[in-house]
Amino acid sequence: MSAPTTDEELVVHHKVVQVGPSRARQTAVAIALIVIGLFVAIVLASTGTHPNAKFGFDAGGARVHVPTLSLPEAPFCIVVGALIVLAGIYHLVRGFTPAAMRWVGSAVGVLFLLAFLAWAGTGGRTVQFTSLLQQGLFLAAPLILGAMGGILCERSGVINVAIEGQMLAGAFAGALLGTVAGLFAGIVAAIVVGGLLGLLLAVFAIRFLVNQVILGVVLNVLALGLTGYLFDAIMANNSNGTDNPGFFGPAKVPLLGDIPVIGPVVFDQNYIIYAMYVIVIVIDVALIRTRWGLRTRAVGEHPQAADTVGINVLRLRYQNVVLGGCVAGLAGALLTIGSVGAFTKNISSGQGFIALAAVIFGRWTPRGALGAALLFGFAGALQSVLSFLNPPLQINSNLLGMLPYVVTIFAVAGLVGRVRAPAADGEPYVKGSA
Amino acid sequence: MKLQLQGITKRFGTFTANDQIDLVVQPGEIHALLGENGAGKSTLMNVLYGLYEPTEGTILVDDAPVAFKGPGDAMAAGIGMVHQHFMLVPVLTVAENIMLGAEQTSRGMLDLRRARKLVRELSDRHHLEVDPDAKVEDLPVGIQQRVEILKALAREAKVLILDEPTAVLTPQETDHLMEVMRSLKEQGTSLVFISHKLREVREVADTITVIRRGKVVGTAEPTATAAELAALMVGRTVQLRVDKEPAQPRDVILDVDKLRVVDAAGQVLVDDISFSVRGGEIYAIAGVQGNGQTELTEAIVGLIEPASGRVVIDGEDVTEDTTYDILRAGVGYVPEDRAHDGLVSSFSIAENLVLDMHDQAPFGGRIQLNNKEIAKNAIARVEEFDVRTTSASAPASTLSGGNQQKVVLARELSRPLRLFVVSQPTRGVDVGSMEFVHKRIVAERDRGAAVLLVSTELDEVVSLADRIGVMYRGAIVGELPPTASAQEFGLLMGGQQGDTGDHDTKESA
Ligand SMILES: Nc1ncnc2c1ncn2[C@@H]1O[C@H](COP(=O)(O)OP(=O)(O)OP(=O)(O)O)[C@@H](O)[C@H]1O
Ligand SMILES: [Mg+2]
Repeated sequence: MSAPTTDEELVVHHKVVQVGPSRARQTAVAIALIVIGLFVAIVLASTGTHPNAKFGFDAGGARVHVPTLSLPEAPFCIVVGALIVLAGIYHLVRGFTPAAMRWVGSAVGVLFLLAFLAWAGTGGRTVQFTSLLQQGLFLAAPLILGAMGGILCERSGVINVAIEGQMLAGAFAGALLGTVAGLFAGIVAAIVVGGLLGLLLAVFAIRFLVNQVILGVVLNVLALGLTGYLFDAIMANNSNGTDNPGFFGPAKVPLLGDIPVIGPVVFDQNYIIYAMYVIVIVIDVALIRTRWGLRTRAVGEHPQAADTVGINVLRLRYQNVVLGGCVAGLAGALLTIGSVGAFTKNISSGQGFIALAAVIFGRWTPRGALGAALLFGFAGALQSVLSFLNPPLQINSNLLGMLPYVVTIFAVAGLVGRVRAPAADGEPYVKGSA
Repeated sequence: MKLQLQGITKRFGTFTANDQIDLVVQPGEIHALLGENGAGKSTLMNVLYGLYEPTEGTILVDDAPVAFKGPGDAMAAGIGMVHQHFMLVPVLTVAENIMLGAEQTSRGMLDLRRARKLVRELSDRHHLEVDPDAKVEDLPVGIQQRVEILKALAREAKVLILDEPTAVLTPQETDHLMEVMRSLKEQGTSLVFISHKLREVREVADTITVIRRGKVVGTAEPTATAAELAALMVGRTVQLRVDKEPAQPRDVILDVDKLRVVDAAGQVLVDDISFSVRGGEIYAIAGVQGNGQTELTEAIVGLIEPASGRVVIDGEDVTEDTTYDILRAGVGYVPEDRAHDGLVSSFSIAENLVLDMHDQAPFGGRIQLNNKEIAKNAIARVEEFDVRTTSASAPASTLSGGNQQKVVLARELSRPLRLFVVSQPTRGVDVGSMEFVHKRIVAERDRGAAVLLVSTELDEVVSLADRIGVMYRGAIVGELPPTASAQEFGLLMGGQQGDTGDHDTKESA
């Protein structure tokens, strides 16, 4: 037997030289950082209407009182701005590695938002920091759950554009059954109806090979039309008997709920949100660590390879698409019985699409999607807080609400690399057609 | 385990890919299948592996008939297969790929530790070294293939099917694979081995079965000569050596000057390469796969942007030109990976045959395609290159591997060329077609075109080329004449820069 060849002999070792990701891109990101830093240090620092900004950290029924922080706005903004400018200069001259850039980008984003809040907080009213986060998580929750529904589908290779419709249908079913048979029945109904829409998606996408994007759009229109019609037919005239489910109020977790800041934000929410924590963790762990997860990833990347080792590709896809629909249905329940306690036409108003964006932005991973959805939710909360804060410049609050997104785009340009969908996403699998 | 195929027939529509095939694989033997491109070898193996349902016929395992509903059943019966196109999930690790479909779990979670241990054990036992935690997409093909073999062994395959396993391997990797096959045989595994390389078949096989146009046409002993085997396969005598006149070099057509390609990670894949090719000569780049050959050809035809250096064709600097313009200037290009880069596999054969001429007369103009001309052209090319297909309007994906290669060659050779850049022209091509392809390349040279041939097959390089540059780690480390010994080539390909000055034929031929 000849000596076995080792990997070493087979891998060709090329000469390596230093290259930046792309000089042009690096320069652009660096300049953007410098501009943002200067903006903070000059514009935000000089336009505050009051020297100090007040930050409040109490929310709801927190037992531990955290004193209100009075922050000298101008010095704070100057320091933050200088830090961002320094990061930009370093990136211009030396360049952060892609891994470091991830952290730098997130840090810059957070710092910018803090400076911005301090600036907005000089209008005389206290920035309720804890409630801002609490509100942000609350607004993010339907997006997070919707995104989880999307991930379940897409990781197994079926594109789910129908998250919006599944949420809307779930919201409707939750309100109706919640009124007629109680809140918990409402939850079950939302899950079932979302799952049924998932099944519809699965049958047409997997069995009849219909283009998945078009199919998703059609399902959304179907859900919108159907819930709209049923709303008019059943609910509009008899809202007390059919559209009055009440809602799950916040249920504080003992002890954990009393931790300052974190307690009210994370552990003073409603049951569906607690279920959401579990769902996110389970999907995150299961996708990497379980048999189901491994097979799901394989089927989403290379269904034929999965088939040749005896995995039933189509069955797994059916399962995941239906399951994804269930989770998206639950997301819909949050919109009615998880918050306002009533259904109105098109109550999801595009949140399913934002959830879809979170899936992609989060690179099809549960953690990434969670982060993206939280960011979107936080942006929403910020917008409503800003309109209350009376910031120094009376800018339209919608316009101000855009800021977090703008910052994100710059940060992401620097820190998120190439986004790659599961290789077989949207590709129907037909046996024997290699 | 004894495996028997009785009267297996497989039809695709009206086309019969396998026609009443009988085959017996005895326990512990290496059974080689030989046959032209499109003879039906892969189809037969896919039937055996449960991927296709046979139209007629029975499979017997240890004399008991079995019916496979899918690959799962075949695997359960002890049949493993290494496919012509690998069936690995690129983003998963080696261990994950090997456990996929037969996962061990502990308390509901994947038992990756056990999977790793299994991989290590198997790779020690069978001398198939591989890192269980490496991501498959980061591994070179030779190692990916080991993963495929390990995957089958992990399922305790008693019969292992290897469908053209050596087509993408370097000579060293091939030798190693044959050692592995022998040692598997000694441990009682039966192997079915498909290859177009007669040397390998003669070296390793115990029994040889030859298939032609879907039928078994005979069996042969491994002692048969290559010429006999070739004749049995193709049905006529095949000339295994290329015969050609000495080159008549003319003016320089391709001039590559200090070309450098650097990838995103900073690897210098092409390291300041300079050479020129004259009209009427074949310049070959030899070397072990992955030393920058692919990137060199891609940079020449404008598919990737070089970091520095120049490419001059017919006195014009084309470094900045688009691939479209370069091809338009009379460059023919056969990429190394036909399935990905050479064809649009969902397009018909006819469409594939005019891919880079679709907007030129007579096939089309600015707006409209002339389908009649495209169909006419297809019929002529299919005839000329002996592409085995039911119809020129069938999608290219239905072609066998070797026939796909012929379609790419047919397209590129169907317009007048100044420069022909051809990578691995006969990878996966049967001996009969190889003869034909080689003749066409020589004919192109004799017409006055400059030919740049990239091949990892040393035999092919020395029999075709007029001058040979050896590439190692991105650089041409030396030039040798085709008469140099295999040992001299071996040294250069391994990066040892012996004194090659005497052989330097640059500008002298
Ligand atoms: N799915 C399919 N539909 C129609 N025809 C097919 C299909 N698969 C294979 N064929 C045809 O069956 C014939 C046999 O193909 P096969 O892949 O078995 O050849 P092969 O002997 O493996 O050739 P090669 O050496 O080139 O790999 C070819 O003519 C091919 O075009
Ligand atoms: Mg084949």
